[in-house]
Amino acid sequence: MNFKRLSLGVLTAVGLTNMVAVEVAIAAEEIFVPGLVYRTGPYAPNGTPFANGFKDYITLINERDGGINGVKVVYEECETGYNTKVGVECYEKLKSKNPVTIIPNSTGITYQLIPKTAVDGIPLLTMGYGRTSAAVGSVFPWVFNFPATYWSQATSVISFIAGKEGGLANLKGKKITHIYHNSAYGKEANPTLEALSKKYGFKLTLLAVDHPGQEQKATWLQIRRKKPDWIFMSGWGVMNQVAIKEAAAQGFPMDHFIGNWWSGSENDVAPAAAGANGYTAATFHAPGGDTKLHADLKKYVYDKGLGGGDVSRIGEVLYIRGLINYIMVVEAARRAQDKYGVKVPNGEQMRWAYENLNVTSADWERIGLAGYPELKVSCNDHEGGHPVLFQQWDAGAKKWNVISDWIPVMKDLVRPMMEADAAKYAKENKITPRKCM
Amino acid sequence: MEFLNLVLLDQIRDILEFPSFFFEVVFGGLMSGVMYSLVALGFVLIFKASGVFNFSQGVFALFAALTLVGLMTGTMPFSLEKSLPALPVWLAIAVTFGVMIVLAILVERIVLRPLVNQDQIIMFMSTIGLAFVLEGLGDTMWGSGVKALDVGIPSGNFMVGEIQIQVFDLWAAGIAAFLVVVLAVFFQKTRTGRALRAVADDHQAALSVGIPLRNIWVVVWSAAGLVALVAGIMWGSKSGVQFSLSLIALKALPVLILGGFTSVPGAIVGGLIIGVGEKVAEVYWGPLVNGAIENWFAYVVALVFLLFRPQGLFGDKIIERV
Repeated sequence: MNFKRLSLGVLTAVGLTNMVAVEVAIAAEEIFVPGLVYRTGPYAPNGTPFANGFKDYITLINERDGGINGVKVVYEECETGYNTKVGVECYEKLKSKNPVTIIPNSTGITYQLIPKTAVDGIPLLTMGYGRTSAAVGSVFPWVFNFPATYWSQATSVISFIAGKEGGLANLKGKKITHIYHNSAYGKEANPTLEALSKKYGFKLTLLAVDHPGQEQKATWLQIRRKKPDWIFMSGWGVMNQVAIKEAAAQGFPMDHFIGNWWSGSENDVAPAAAGANGYTAATFHAPGGDTKLHADLKKYVYDKGLGGGDVSRIGEVLYIRGLINYIMVVEAARRAQDKYGVKVPNGEQMRWAYENLNVTSADWERIGLAGYPELKVSCNDHEGGHPVLFQQWDAGAKKWNVISDWIPVMKDLVRPMMEADAAKYAKENKITPRKCM
Repeated sequence: MEFLNLVLLDQIRDILEFPSFFFEVVFGGLMSGVMYSLVALGFVLIFKASGVFNFSQGVFALFAALTLVGLMTGTMPFSLEKSLPALPVWLAIAVTFGVMIVLAILVERIVLRPLVNQDQIIMFMSTIGLAFVLEGLGDTMWGSGVKALDVGIPSGNFMVGEIQIQVFDLWAAGIAAFLVVVLAVFFQKTRTGRALRAVADDHQAALSVGIPLRNIWVVVWSAAGLVALVAGIMWGSKSGVQFSLSLIALKALPVLILGGFTSVPGAIVGGLIIGVGEKVAEVYWGPLVNGAIENWFAYVVALVFLLFRPQGLFGDKIIERV
């Protein structure tokens, strides 16, 4: 009897081991991409469309193309609640599954993961957020923050304002106020704005708003007093909605109120309704759902009942931004496969792919987003220096309209600042910058 | 002297030089204070009658606002499809109040009744659990997106001399005043209100004269539900209805510390003091430290009061004989 039990036990154990081995073998043929998302908590209204964009693009790649070059992509979400500590726990949980990239989806989490991913050899993709000076690839080989950083964005905003004022020379004496989320993220643009203020002679006022930004009366009283010509806002979540509503109630001209690309979604303008008409925001992609990519999403994802959210919302700004994030992961994975002849690229191979990413007009056409400018990353320039677009809210039609050309960033101004900051980081952390040819 | 100029005299000179702006700051602070008082009132009602600090009061406001928007837009709970008839504002508010009463009954049955005679800290912990459950339920029922809420409160502004007055703020103050009058009449003039006060004074004595404690709890949680609904409408109209609305509870804490946990007038006066104090501090002293001081400054004001009057401005003095 005992022998029989022992035999059964051994057989069961062997069977289980084989099952695990089979599962590992299958996993080895799949590309794993995790999503650090926040569908809950105070920032969920923004986190949810973003996460839906992540999920839907991976579903599209699997359903339409059978994966990346035929290799299935496995997507797994980890809920962070936009909480840095939880985000780090998510990373620790997911890193053993060999993710090809980590997208932290928060500047706070980014700062925590920069040293960790460098040790673990996993590329960290922080599109349009995170540590700006991580664009210096010689110091931050594992971090990529293309298509543009907060600092570059700030230069484009000032260029945009200058365009409205009749040229950069006309900025002299103008009053520009930066309202910012009192966090690492919100403060990112301040040094650039201060440098621009010195260079072009406009008077800069910096006004911080504490998390979550539900109550901003003191901030707007100061705006009333200082009477700025232009307001630039680096907000997030409810801070944006309250600010836009306060500006409208105060009668501030909305076309002189410019949000950064995290202050320019449909969520931000909804509560102010007609009062938000004319509010303007920066963006690094076009708004709207009339692209070939959207047609494919409807056909291969939503018509099959596989969509992450509501099909009527796939033209929204934050959803599109979620798509763009994984478009870049997929393009890099494709490049790594081609270069190394592997099905599932490892971290180092992905890092090479990001550093040699060159998304041309033809690539954008193939992706389904025709008309986007070329995006080129290099060993030392992980930002790529993508130009910035400006969109304006039409409250009547309830949609964003593009109101500018792609406005170039002032690379000559921000790049030396990035290099100085990166050098400081390297010194503090005893990093020897690598040589980029 | 230079230091004194920097931290005090410059600000005083500024106030004297531009008095109209100072009055605008004070007026703005009073109006913000009214909004804080609205939230604090809900805490006071429940604490007064049952000794429970209801951690979920902010989530109550969120849940009420979510339900109201859902009814006004004809949203089917859980499926989020707009397949129901959209209710007019007054009917939606009435139905939402009904939902809050049902919620109060459920809270009494499921949460409070099994915990009768437990320590206050246990009751407090149960309200933390209630907050998470309600937040999750709200998310599942109504979705997590930002929802615009327009119950017809006018917006815009007008000038009185050099002072800009926001129309919405005036309405908020009027509605808060009306709510306080309704609560005062309810507490002072009605039989149920007197029973509530009796329970608040002494549970045992109230029970001994035949006041049904459980019914009283339902009534008081319903009243807190009404206050939460009003707070949800006012705050939701400002920022849109979204999950950060539950964080308005944080604005009520310094108000409660200052005004006392058991006093309705305390919640009002405390709210006004905190509102004015933090706005004046932020506008005149905030720039010295790069701004954003109003959140923590409110707690500093409250803690200073706490040093001198631990029971708050109007709270009941706790005397324990050894």
